[in-house]
Amino acid sequence: MLSSFWKTLMEKAGLEQNKTNLPLWLLAEVTYKCPLHCVYCYNPLDYATYGKELSTEDWLRVLREGRELGATQLGFSGGEPLMRADLEILIAEARRLGYYSNLITSGVGLDERRIAAFKEGGLDHIQVSFQDSTREMNDFLSSTRTFDLKQKVARLVKKYDYPMVLNVVLHRLNIDHVQQILQMAEQLEAEYVELANTQYYGWAYLNRDRLLPSREQLLRAEEITNDFRQRVGNRVKIYFVVPDYYETRPKPCMSGWGAVFLAVTADGLALPCHSARMLPGLSFPSVRDHDLRWIWHDSPAFNAYRGDAWMKEPCRSCPEKVKDYGGCRCQAYLMTGDAANADPVCDKSPLHGLVTDAVERARKLAAGSEREAQARQRAASEDEAQARQRAASEDAMFFRDDANSLSLAGGKKQPSA
Amino acid sequence: MPLNDNTIFELARHYRFQWEPAQQMHVLLYPEGMVKLPGSSGEILKRVNGTATVGEIVAELESAFPGYDLRVDVIEFLEDAYGKGWIGTKQD
Repeated sequence: MLSSFWKTLMEKAGLEQNKTNLPLWLLAEVTYKCPLHCVYCYNPLDYATYGKELSTEDWLRVLREGRELGATQLGFSGGEPLMRADLEILIAEARRLGYYSNLITSGVGLDERRIAAFKEGGLDHIQVSFQDSTREMNDFLSSTRTFDLKQKVARLVKKYDYPMVLNVVLHRLNIDHVQQILQMAEQLEAEYVELANTQYYGWAYLNRDRLLPSREQLLRAEEITNDFRQRVGNRVKIYFVVPDYYETRPKPCMSGWGAVFLAVTADGLALPCHSARMLPGLSFPSVRDHDLRWIWHDSPAFNAYRGDAWMKEPCRSCPEKVKDYGGCRCQAYLMTGDAANADPVCDKSPLHGLVTDAVERARKLAAGSEREAQARQRAASEDEAQARQRAASEDAMFFRDDANSLSLAGGKKQPSA
Repeated sequence: MPLNDNTIFELARHYRFQWEPAQQMHVLLYPEGMVKLPGSSGEILKRVNGTATVGEIVAELESAFPGYDLRVDVIEFLEDAYGKGWIGTKQD
């Protein structure tokens, strides 16, 4: 015991590797229902065709099994998790089991009665997403009238003594508002701000050409963020997630396949990454048929890209494979057609040109079009459905809604609005 | 930070310290993250409770692990933990 005392005293605890390969992070996507229609949603395009949602009892079992496997962080997500009436029950059980639980919400549906019940049940924190610092853009991007409501929710979060984690997904249409977004965060007394540049999966991939910011926009936003960091110091902790299309090395996606992360979808599939469902050739196990221990350790799907035996060149012989695990399987599949290829974000990939081409295409499109701004202005004076319909047809943007999901699942490539 | 034997630390708000059976170590949980606290680091943080002074924590550890002068290391760890925002002084 003594020797271990000395050995570990100075260890940088935060840098300790997860050598044991446990699913430390459990994401419970309790529903795909959502009152918002965000153009950059990462949910699968065909979500509207999925089967029955898991029951309360199923979820309670999943939480128990996850905790037994060693999961500590639990995220309740979706869709909009508040659409589940049994969230209070799940939260209370999560606390009892020893999870540190996080409600990842748009705020729509969070009233004082529910937040009081969550507090009572032991929910640890709440992450509220905003689409923008302005009412116009927030409401346009989500295709709802929710800006004022979100402000109210943010105040409720503070009132109930939750750490305020404010999340804004960044892209071309709002990244120039980073200054105002940070000011809003400060005003709402956020302790944490996530400026998460869109990662291009699901609906975001579909709308990529209209969402990808320019390099100049990105650099400006980073500069503003750094200035803000200097000014506020420790008071607000800011995470700036870069859009990997501007990188030359891929992100260490999920810290590796089947390494620390396990998602369970509304209809019961267990996934090593919340986007993985679209990958062909893998049969993801259902929590209805298997326990999480088998799923995590033994299922073929969770072992498919674990470690590095599956890698091809240039990853296989690359010394950096231990750092980035070859990047993201979903991105490799989406862009190159083969999930076992190197993530094309890497400039060692012979297919890196797919990424630079996408950046260039988006830049041209942005330069040639002022329609977005006009659409935004008009959206303020239309009702939700009208605005969504017109914006979708004019700007070729796909809003995430059931109608679009059903038509995309049917193989149609046009927005159905 | 001005740290002396009478300083009293407590865990930062919204942080939770607990034993993880699956990992056989203490951890500190907070929004979006977890710090692993193997061995001694867990032993120190376990004693940070909003009532024990730094002097008392040192004394208790030295009696639990006799024969070593732990003061410097304990103080270094606490300063590091304070700097990272895991703990705050009671007066904060």
